[in-house]
Parts: sequence; structure tokens; C-alpha cells
Amino acid sequence: MENEFQPIIVGFLCNWCSYRAADLAGTARVHYAPTMRPIRVMCTARVEPEFVLKALREGADGVLIAGCHPGECHYVEGNIKALRRFTLLKAMLRQFGVEDERVQLVWAAASEGKQLAEAVDRMTEQLRALGPLRWRQRVLGEQPVARHALEVEMGD
Amino acid sequence: MAKPTFAMYWAASCGGCEISLLNVGELILDVDAAFDVVFWPCVADFKYQDVEGYPDGSIDLCLFNGAIRNSENEELARLLRRKSKTLVAFGSCAYEGCAPGLANLTTNAATMRTVYTDSLTTDESRTRAPRPVTQVPEGEIHIPVLYETVRPLDQVVPVDYIIPGCPPEARQIAAVLRAVLTGTPLPAPGGTIIGAGHVALCEECPLAKNVKQITRFYRPYEIVPEPGICLLEQGLVCMGPATRSGCGALCPQVGMRCEGCYGPLDGQDQGARMLAAVASVVAAGGSHLDEHVQAQEIAAVMDTLVDPAGTFYRFSLAHSLLRRARVADDPA
Repeated sequence: MENEFQPIIVGFLCNWCSYRAADLAGTARVHYAPTMRPIRVMCTARVEPEFVLKALREGADGVLIAGCHPGECHYVEGNIKALRRFTLLKAMLRQFGVEDERVQLVWAAASEGKQLAEAVDRMTEQLRALGPLRWRQRVLGEQPVARHALEVEMGD
Repeated sequence: MAKPTFAMYWAASCGGCEISLLNVGELILDVDAAFDVVFWPCVADFKYQDVEGYPDGSIDLCLFNGAIRNSENEELARLLRRKSKTLVAFGSCAYEGCAPGLANLTTNAATMRTVYTDSLTTDESRTRAPRPVTQVPEGEIHIPVLYETVRPLDQVVPVDYIIPGCPPEARQIAAVLRAVLTGTPLPAPGGTIIGAGHVALCEECPLAKNVKQITRFYRPYEIVPEPGICLLEQGLVCMGPATRSGCGALCPQVGMRCEGCYGPLDGQDQGARMLAAVASVVAAGGSHLDEHVQAQEIAAVMDTLVDPAGTFYRFSLAHSLLRRARVADDPA
């Protein structure tokens, strides 16, 4: 169990629905995989494709984008714009050899803490089956940089 | 006083950059008068050993075009970096990998198969894939080793300036050469882009731009675009919104979509930016629809965009965020 691969999921959660869903999951003490690193964004439409690519390159095994259900966007159509980008991004990522399961878009309203937790659990299982991505090491062939070396470089 | 020295080299490139340099017209005579050419395989017979014999930092201006595709390219990149005061990544290949960089979407083995066996026009009985080592009566012949990943020049050695374009526009090259010839100071070096604009291509494109509502994408051969109107509006994936200006929007003005050869704007990933721009203007999947239908409707439009990676990253793949595709899972 201890040796089980713990994937890293970067989660972009919309401020109005899914971030609150994550909050609710916490206050309701829902148990779910501790694999997601949540980042709050104002809207799923704020998530530039660059964010996703950068997360994948810098060590994420998967990226979860979560926002309001269609028709409930705080900015009317932001989530639909996100869906359009996401659809095309997935098609492009397939050409880069990135499996569909690694980048997911889910809708989770502020009251759906449980659903969001389930989505994280589900994605964690899927990523475990796929194994680590480790783009820099395994695709670009770079040597892993030790954490302390990184800190020295940054002048800490 | 001895004249300043000039070198130009081609690595993995097509030779179009040299042609473009010669397109500056009579100015090339001034370049010839002002500089001593010390290395330029395209036009003069210098050997690699000649360059090795030069003192370090003795070449005043070196224009390097072509990507780093094999061990010879890399060796020359390192050699010319050492020998040059000012090293310029000249053209899209040296700057961002360009068309050779698209090989990063696949493997060398697959590329070789396509070129030497699988292609319909290849007669297998008459071709033979290159081998790294060949035995001949006189001894062994070694050819340069092909790298699995194509790299732009700045991923191999530090670069002082970058002149983008496939090829760079003669007018832009002339402006840079004039500045060098007259001693006008260039911006501070350090991978600085010169000979190009600093806004998106759309800014210098004269085509009329209205509201964009794309319901399907077209490849250039599928439609004859309406003249005078933005090509992106007409469903052609014109790379203008994500591409650096500088060429004068030559292609869109004659009805050909911008392919993006001047590369991304400062600090951007060209493909990701183009993807964001193009996806947002797709008119499909209204909010009144059922979630399932909506997703399907959007997917149907996106399916008409054939080869997104090759379209969005035609020139900048090797210099993009991901740099290459993940092709086969290596043993962990």
C-alpha cells in the first residue's frame, strides 16, 4: 500500500462552483484521494491551454479542470468556452501521446462536494493504471533536479 | 584595420535562408565589401578544420540557420558558438525547430520507415536506409548520428540574437544588416528577437475582420476564400492571432492562411495560444443544450480540424512547452 503510486493531479477549480464544492467536501469530511493540488481560478475559461501543458511538463500526472454546469456559469458562457478549448486540447494531446484520462473536465456545482471527491478518486485510479507521466525525465530525457539543488539555484 | 568577419552555416534546414539572404539585392555587395567571409558552405569552400583553426571569438557575425538534428549539427553549433562573437539563430529552424522539428511528433524509426520503405513512391529494391557505419575497402565510413529529438539552436548553445521567419523576409534581414554595417547599436543580446515585430500578425494584416463564428474548419484546398475578408472567419486556421508580425502578412493577402512561420509572441506557446483563440470562436454547443448533446456538437466541429498539433505547431514544436510527443513508454 505504501509503495502504491500516488499521482499528482493539478486541479483548476472555478471560484463559483467547484472550489466551493471542494470546500464542502472538506467541511463534510468526505474521504477522498489526497492527490489533487487545487488552484482556484475565477472561471474554467481562465484556464489557458498553456496552464495545462505547463502542468504536464513540470511534473503533473494529470490535470483536472472543474467548473459550473453549463447554463450555470457566473460569466454566462465561460464554461462552454472552456469545453470548446478542452475538446480541441484533448485531440491535440492525443497526438502528443498524452492519454485522454490525464486531462479531464468535470462539472461540479457548489453543492456537489461528493461528486467532486468522486471525480478525484476516479481520476486517481485511472492515473494509477496509466502510471507516472514525468515529462521532463521520461520524454525530454532530462535528469531529475534534486529539491535542494533547486533551492540553491533560486538563491534560498 | 582588418575587416570584420562573417560566417553563415546551415544545419538541419532547406537552404531557403541563404536564398532569402541573397534576396537583399545589391546590399549583399556592401556586406561583401564590409566583411571578410570566413565560413559559408553554401557559397565558399571552407573546411571545418579551417574554422577549428580560428582563434576563439574571432568571427564577428555568424548567422546560423537550421535545427540541431544530428551529431554534426551539434558539433558545428558548439564550434561556431566558441568561434563567434555574435551568434544569430537565423530563421525558424534555428530559432524553433521549424518543419524538421515536426519529427518530434514521432520516432526516428518511423521517420526512416516512411522515407526509405513505406512511402508509395519508394522502390524498396533500389533504396537503402543510411547506416551509421559502412565498411569500404579503404576503411570505415561513419556518418553523423541522427538524434531522436530535434532541438533549436538555443537548446544547445547560448544564442545572442534571433531572426525569425521561414525564411526571414529579405526586407527584415536588410534592416538588420544595415544596422550592423552602419554601426547602429543592436538591442542587448541574450536570445533577443530582431528583424520582426512585437505584436500579432493580425495587427498588420489588412483583411477585414468581423465577428468570428466558425461552424466548421477547412483545409486550404477545400475552399476558395472570399477575398478581402479575414481567413479565420472563413474557417481556415489562419495562425495570425498567435504569430509574431514582421512579414507584412504576405500569405493572408493572397488568400493563403498564415502558417505561423514567424513563431510565437514573447513568452507565449504558439500552439496553445492558437488553440485557445480558435476554440473560443467556434459556434457550437449553446448553453440551452443538454450537456451530452452540447459536448457532441462541439466535438463534431473540432473533428473538422485535421491534425491540430501539426497545424498549431508547424514551426514551433521543438521550442514549445512540451517540445516533443511521448512516443513509446520507456521501461520505468
